Amino acid sequence: MFQDFFNGLDWMMLIKAFVVGGLICVIGQVLIDKTKLTPARILVIFVTAGAILGGLGIYQKLVDYAGAGATVPLTGFGNLLAKGAIKKAETDGLVGTFTGGTAAAAGGIAAAIFFGYIASLVSKPKMKKQ
Amino acid sequence: MNQINTNKEYQEYVNQKSPNSPIFRNCFNSFWVGGLICAIGQIIMEICKYRGLDTEMSATIVSISLIFLSAFLTALNIFNKIGKFAGAGSLVPITGFANSIVSPSMEYKSEGYVMGVGAKMFTVAGPVLVYGISTSILVGICYLIFMGI
Repeated sequence: MFQDFFNGLDWMMLIKAFVVGGLICVIGQVLIDKTKLTPARILVIFVTAGAILGGLGIYQKLVDYAGAGATVPLTGFGNLLAKGAIKKAETDGLVGTFTGGTAAAAGGIAAAIFFGYIASLVSKPKMKKQ
Repeated sequence: MNQINTNKEYQEYVNQKSPNSPIFRNCFNSFWVGGLICAIGQIIMEICKYRGLDTEMSATIVSISLIFLSAFLTALNIFNKIGKFAGAGSLVPITGFANSIVSPSMEYKSEGYVMGVGAKMFTVAGPVLVYGISTSILVGICYLIFMGI
């Protein structure tokens, strides 16, 4: 079974995901080093940029090209929100613009909140060592 | 030690003493760590597709898996070390979003489960959700206007 999987694995896609994902992170790193933006602002910029590019249909081309290299960075999260809002707007109109985005990204949001809560339950409160 | 007389000399002195920002090394580290995280995501994606799941479902499973991994490593205090090394490499992928929720929720446990854990976990993720969701609604409304519905 593993043999089948590895034989069918698209290595080119893996390399594309690595390179594109890495380059998107480098953009973030340059922003951190050159502009002194806080990480929170960087994340907000990335998610907003992803949503706008997604709305214009540009980001989807990058997703088709690089797969997880484009969906895993936070720009992909923004793209997912925008794509969901557009998709729902087609069927449900104005109401769809409100429900579609969050519904599309619900898995990630819920997982982050749930795992965050679990992590706080199991972790021992401690003083910072640094 | 030489006497420093002018502002210009002082500026030169500061420049000489402060570490020159190692931007090239930072970019290199964030490139390969960020790339690696995305490649792991791609492998999970391929496994899902191999099992016959569609693209949307696969992408959701990739997100949830990476978020779990990030939460797990944050709880073990490993993720912070990766973050210090990789900078944007671990911040920009969805792992950074997960870390931004998990890390404060652990840190503020001592302030209680409601206003500590419950409220503080959104310190960074809150703005991301506010701007992400608001933008998506605007994008949807623009789409409706341009399509003339």
